[in-house]
Amino acid sequence: MSEYSKPLPGLEGLTKDFYGFCKQESLHFQQCSQCGVFRHVPRETCAECNSFEWEWTKSSGRGTIFSWVVINRALHPAFYDPSPDAVPMAPIVVEMEEGVRLVSNMVDCPPDQLEMGMPVSVVFEAVTDEVTLPRFRRV
Amino acid sequence: MFKDRACIVGIGETGYCRKPGSGMSEEVLQLKASVAALDDAGLHGREIDGILAFPNLGKSEAFAASLGSENLRFAATIHMGGASPVASLRMAAMAVHSGVANHVLIPGGWNGYSGARVRETVTTDKNSIPGGAIAWDYYMPQGLTVPPQWYGLMCRRHMYEYGTTHQQMGAVAVAMRKHAQLNPGALMCGKPLTLEQYMASPMLADPYRINDCCLETDGGTAFIVTTVERARDLGKTPVYIMGAASGQPYPADEFTTRKDFHQTGLTIAAPEAFQMAGITADDVDFAQIYDCFTFEVIQQLEEAGFCKRGEGGGFVENGGIEIGGRLPVNTSGGLLSEAHSLGLGHIVEAVKQLRGDAGERQIDNAEIGVVTGWGDFGDGSIAILRK
Repeated sequence: MSEYSKPLPGLEGLTKDFYGFCKQESLHFQQCSQCGVFRHVPRETCAECNSFEWEWTKSSGRGTIFSWVVINRALHPAFYDPSPDAVPMAPIVVEMEEGVRLVSNMVDCPPDQLEMGMPVSVVFEAVTDEVTLPRFRRV
Repeated sequence: MFKDRACIVGIGETGYCRKPGSGMSEEVLQLKASVAALDDAGLHGREIDGILAFPNLGKSEAFAASLGSENLRFAATIHMGGASPVASLRMAAMAVHSGVANHVLIPGGWNGYSGARVRETVTTDKNSIPGGAIAWDYYMPQGLTVPPQWYGLMCRRHMYEYGTTHQQMGAVAVAMRKHAQLNPGALMCGKPLTLEQYMASPMLADPYRINDCCLETDGGTAFIVTTVERARDLGKTPVYIMGAASGQPYPADEFTTRKDFHQTGLTIAAPEAFQMAGITADDVDFAQIYDCFTFEVIQQLEEAGFCKRGEGGGFVENGGIEIGGRLPVNTSGGLLSEAHSLGLGHIVEAVKQLRGDAGERQIDNAEIGVVTGWGDFGDGSIAILRK
């Protein structure tokens, strides 16, 4: 795989587990075994009932666009022009059916076509041999 | 509580610059500002027995050693980024009121222009802010690397839910710039900005244009808090801390999942501070609102209770926050047009206004002022000051 210079997640603890599922092209969130509430980003306990019991539950992968920002000028060297997918880019916040939100990017929607509430579905992009990132496409 | 039990008695600044940079270390900048604050108060460094250092910019031990503070007995750092100075002001008031210290120094200073930029520190050190590890693992791989991009997500949602406009954000930028024209120490003095020029400025992280973003500057700032009794013995007009509070949004270290997406630390802190002070927002003569970006001024005016949530855009329009308007905001020019003094400058400016030392930008009959801080993913702090 060609050299990838953009920021990568640390693969430790619960974050390693989260991205491990992504590598298997499956989006999982923690779900409390006691009260059933989903959470993201990963935490050791349920903020609702303080239970330490939880499991990784597969997400439907479906959600809606909650917000986005269009980056016209990158402020991190790895995203400067003329990288292959240079600015503008538009990180999004997706509100998932499970109630959690996560930060991602669209693979098939230019920034000027983003809309609040737009239905989206997860896809996966292997950016290195170790790391696969969750991305989204229009439904 | 500690209402009217502590005063700000000394303020100090090095002056602010960009090119070619301060030419001083961040420690020297802070020591120079601290000595200026001591001189302003009529105190000697050996009388300082409390120091609250800004996160990641210096150690209390080192400041004490250089200033001759032989009896340091209260030292701490509050990890709230730009909300740290006002939160430290509050902690200093608690400390002198309870007797654990008599003279507390709060220094801050950096080479924010000529040294490491925020855009570099937040992407190279996952411990630079409390939510840094989460940003590292879940934001940055998706290209969301720096504050204007994080906060842009908050701003766009506010625009969608409440109809807040670019013109309203521009009104904040224009007001700060107007005030800077009255402040010879402001880096944007002599560089006025019209709303048309604002609207024509390029997008950086849409919804933020270049002119929605604060300056990156070098400089040091400091202030000193002591007891009411000691303040009366010193020469300067004491500035009383009527009320102060700080708070965290929930969760503080990750902002996308908040149930109340518009909540900030101020949402919690402001009612506490106003209750302690025994006043309402209507009693306030001016406000120094932490203006890292224009929208954060609108949001904090709402969460501090100067208007209802969703009405901040209308509040700042038509000169509402300019000197002569209903609530003059950031009379020095603020982070947007004076300098990025880490939020300490907002406190220093409030003291100047309450002393009647604000020169051309002096607000007539300024008796009560509010100062806020904003940091990290929306940590908040607020102080209500009077003369």
